[in-house]
Amino acid sequence: MPNIRLIARLDVKGPNLIKGIHLEGVRVLGDPGEYARAYYEQGVDELLYVDAVASLYQRDNLVEIVRRASEDVFVPMTVAGGVRSIGDVEELLRVGADKVAVNTAAVRRPALIEEVARRFGSQCMVLSIEAKRVATDRWEAHVDAGREPTGLEVLDWAKRAIDLGAGEILLTSVDREGTRSGFDCDLVRRVATAVPVPVIASGGMGSLEHLREVVERGRADAVAFADVLHYRRLSLARIRDFALDAGYCVRRHAA
Amino acid sequence: MRPDITVVDYGMGNVGSVLRALAESGAAAELSGDPGQIASAVRLILPGVGAFRDGMEELRRRALVEPLRSFAQSGRPFLGICLGMQMMLSASEEFGPVSGLGFIEGTVRAIPNQGANGKPHKVPHVGWNRLIPRNGSAGALLDTIGPDSAGYFVHSYAAVPDSPDHIVADCDYDGCRIAAIIRSGALYGCQFHPEKSGPVGLRILRNFLSLG
Repeated sequence: MPNIRLIARLDVKGPNLIKGIHLEGVRVLGDPGEYARAYYEQGVDELLYVDAVASLYQRDNLVEIVRRASEDVFVPMTVAGGVRSIGDVEELLRVGADKVAVNTAAVRRPALIEEVARRFGSQCMVLSIEAKRVATDRWEAHVDAGREPTGLEVLDWAKRAIDLGAGEILLTSVDREGTRSGFDCDLVRRVATAVPVPVIASGGMGSLEHLREVVERGRADAVAFADVLHYRRLSLARIRDFALDAGYCVRRHAA
Repeated sequence: MRPDITVVDYGMGNVGSVLRALAESGAAAELSGDPGQIASAVRLILPGVGAFRDGMEELRRRALVEPLRSFAQSGRPFLGICLGMQMMLSASEEFGPVSGLGFIEGTVRAIPNQGANGKPHKVPHVGWNRLIPRNGSAGALLDTIGPDSAGYFVHSYAAVPDSPDHIVADCDYDGCRIAAIIRSGALYGCQFHPEKSGPVGLRILRNFLSLG
């Protein structure tokens, strides 16, 4: 009986919550704090903040968003975007983040993974992979919101990062992201069944059946979704009830 | 107003989150790395995220080991969280053996990388897991905590007290029993993070604040 986590993904740009398709074509939705609070109250297991365009000064924004969220959100928060140094991690953890997810900076300098894991523990060091299918059975890791190919094969990169100390993998399918057409279960399965650390599947959730596929076929350890929550296509209660009915172990929400 | 709870600052914890959760639970909390304040605290929380060896080294470097031991002998309420709970034991195998604070006899060991059915499972153990009390011995800490209540766990090592009497609640990770709450008198340890465990965690913190 899989024990899975239901994670709300909050993509942010500047002070706003946004939502795109294939990580592009951004639409502004509103104040991320309001969404975070609502999802906490509805019993979300974890929050994932992603600032895909975080530059140095914009990251201050992210720090502020996390600081405000930590005022009334008492579940784990992972922050992705613009994390380049131990100092960046320290700052995010100080304002209430529990984990950081690193993509670009880890690709450019893999030793950063080791440094973060050694200083803050593997559980804090999440490797973020933006994956695009490039052949029937081949996915390539990308950076810069899925725009820049890295030449790294996804599973090879995941394994190498885990050897360096990554304690969890955030696996986003750029192809499926924002499409509501279901997760790339082949991709998720390929990574989740081959690595010893938890894998968070992200990108493509449009229906409850998609949740079943990514858990049962993809073997995801955690599932992140944005669109279905932000646009109120599905409530957390409905998703949780579905998971319980399917026999998965999920946290029961005691309001 | 005199703080009713002191959180130990030794550079290893998510102290911001712990302080915020305590404030939400109605506490007047202070953060301190001062040996005198720690030894004389009304209640003490030892938080912690990271490796056992680093944690003990930081406590030693800041001359906090003796103040913590003298606090533990005072009979006032103590709560170790995650690494803070593991350091309550005598020793750890993580990059070790390394000696701990020794409040409870026992060893911190790696979580087996397979479940009871022999199938490999993921380590670290990350996620929400149900708290399973052992015949009510958790005292007031689990008051009004319902049977389906879960805590948020994230760890690769687990506390194994020599005497099972010190385990007051477990969790079940693929058939592996992991100590979720340990206790010796007024000394408590939580492997999960109450400060990140939603309303259940806040309730546990409020219960802790009512002790002593």
